[in-house]
Amino acid sequence: MRLLRYKIFVLIALVASLMPMHSYASSDSEDGQVNVKEIIFHHLGDGYGWEVPFSHVYRIPLPVIVRAEDGTWISFSSHKLQEYVRITNEKTGEEELVAEPRIVTIEKNGKTYQFILAHVSKHKNKVVQIFPLSPEEEARVKAEAKNNPQIQGDVDKAEAIIGGYAGFNEVYYREYKPHDISITKNVLALLIAAVIVTAMVMSVVWFYARKGMKAPRKGVGFMEMLIDFIYTGVIKSTLHDRARKYAPFLLTCFFFILVMNLVGLIVIFPGGANLTGNIAITLVLAVLVFIITNVMGSKHYWKEIFWPDVPLFLKFPIPIMQFIEIFGIFTKPAALCVRLFANMMGGHMIVITLTLLIFIFAAFGAIAAGGSVFISVLFSIFMLCLDVLVSFIQAYVFTLLATIFISMSTDKGHGHEAHKAENENHELESQISETSDVKVETT
Amino acid sequence: MELFTPDFGLIFWMFISFIILFVVLAIWGWPVILKNMDQRADTIDKGVEYAREAKEQLDNAKAAAQKYMDEAQQQQAEMLREAARMKTQLIEEARKEASDEAKKVMDAARVSIEQQRKEAELQFRNEVSKFSLDIAEKMVRGNLSDDKSHHALVDKMLDEIQSN
Repeated sequence: MRLLRYKIFVLIALVASLMPMHSYASSDSEDGQVNVKEIIFHHLGDGYGWEVPFSHVYRIPLPVIVRAEDGTWISFSSHKLQEYVRITNEKTGEEELVAEPRIVTIEKNGKTYQFILAHVSKHKNKVVQIFPLSPEEEARVKAEAKNNPQIQGDVDKAEAIIGGYAGFNEVYYREYKPHDISITKNVLALLIAAVIVTAMVMSVVWFYARKGMKAPRKGVGFMEMLIDFIYTGVIKSTLHDRARKYAPFLLTCFFFILVMNLVGLIVIFPGGANLTGNIAITLVLAVLVFIITNVMGSKHYWKEIFWPDVPLFLKFPIPIMQFIEIFGIFTKPAALCVRLFANMMGGHMIVITLTLLIFIFAAFGAIAAGGSVFISVLFSIFMLCLDVLVSFIQAYVFTLLATIFISMSTDKGHGHEAHKAENENHELESQISETSDVKVETT
Repeated sequence: MELFTPDFGLIFWMFISFIILFVVLAIWGWPVILKNMDQRADTIDKGVEYAREAKEQLDNAKAAAQKYMDEAQQQQAEMLREAARMKTQLIEEARKEASDEAKKVMDAARVSIEQQRKEAELQFRNEVSKFSLDIAEKMVRGNLSDDKSHHALVDKMLDEIQSN
């Protein structure tokens, strides 16, 4: 059994180490160097399809939904954006399959719409609508491309470097970036994460419906332990009597972030999307916290902002404190947003970079490559383990800080609250000591 | 650099999915779980309290039982002592009665013995007087002449009496 497990591990390690070797060979740039930055951002970024596990060519098609320039909503499958062609590698002479972009032509209401996956322009890797150019306009653009010092006669680069125009097979088109609500890889991952969270939470609810007051075990027990950890340890101890009101939002935040973080660490299909390392996701969460803290803000909270308890010269006639406080309203959620984003993206980036070390060192010969394989696999595993920890900690920290912000903004007043909290603490302490007494007695 | 510039589509879908998730869980998820967990905690607290009370009651009951036991034992001991005392008393009484009875019997016996003795004496006297009269008669009638033969006769008579 143990030997079998060892064999499987070795096999997986071998396959894992060979897979990228094969696929990255095609992403080498002309001078044989690995384009580290491109690979990292390709892995961290979004996409219109989801890579089929262990294949860097085939993608799971996802719907593209865009609003064309004339206001029509158009949707098509993302597999139309690419075609698979066999090309012969110039260096190795091997035949390989690559995905090449192509123009998608959609007929709707008697009109023709053309879309393409932007290749090199500033909308790179986004779907853009393209319009054919009139001959004189095309001549002007081509002239501009020739005179552009960045292009320097490179035909590939000339394809799309001119602002506002997309080049494709040396034909220029006017490009328009449509409103895009496609179900991309990240959106699908988001929906999967939401379904997982729902299933996790409802499993506890269903357990209660089925077994009533029985103590849950295994998965449901773990789930309940987590809920209790957050609810009692964070929400209730900070918000006291307001805990019930804000618990649904905060608990949803915690579990959604936790699941997104953890699913993002899984390398293949259902996971692997860098969700919480994408600023759009954390931005939405932070904006929601911002809305809640300010909409639910008590009179006391606004008084502290516009007329804080500081010496008069600090707030009148020059409103220094007011300025700082108002600034603080925005920096608090912004810090939430950036903290989660940077931590998760950093973790992913480090793991990918450590893996890429293999390909960077491969240029220095077999021994260097072998050594770097060992070291980078070791370090990536370590980093992934650390990321599991970070996933939990960041979800926890986000929830903790959101709770504290909500607590500060809905606070009715310091004296009253502090007194109450103290009383509650005493009650709690006496309860704890009572129960521990009973425990001692019974044992 | 799309990571740093939030993408509209992703923001849109994140907002939608978060709101849906939040609404679903806020209605069917969290309140049910929190309520149930609170209820169970209350039940457990109550159970602990109940157990404590039950233990207290049990202790009380044990103490009461012990008290009753002690009392019963004391009573038993007292009763035993009483019984022993009564036993000795009874024995004493019985002995006394027996001795009285015995004495009575003895007295009666003595009286009857005395009476019988007296009767026997009387009879004996009668017999003796009869014998002596017989002897005297024989002597008188036989040979009043011979002194020697008188004496022999008297001796003979007396021997006869004695042998009787």
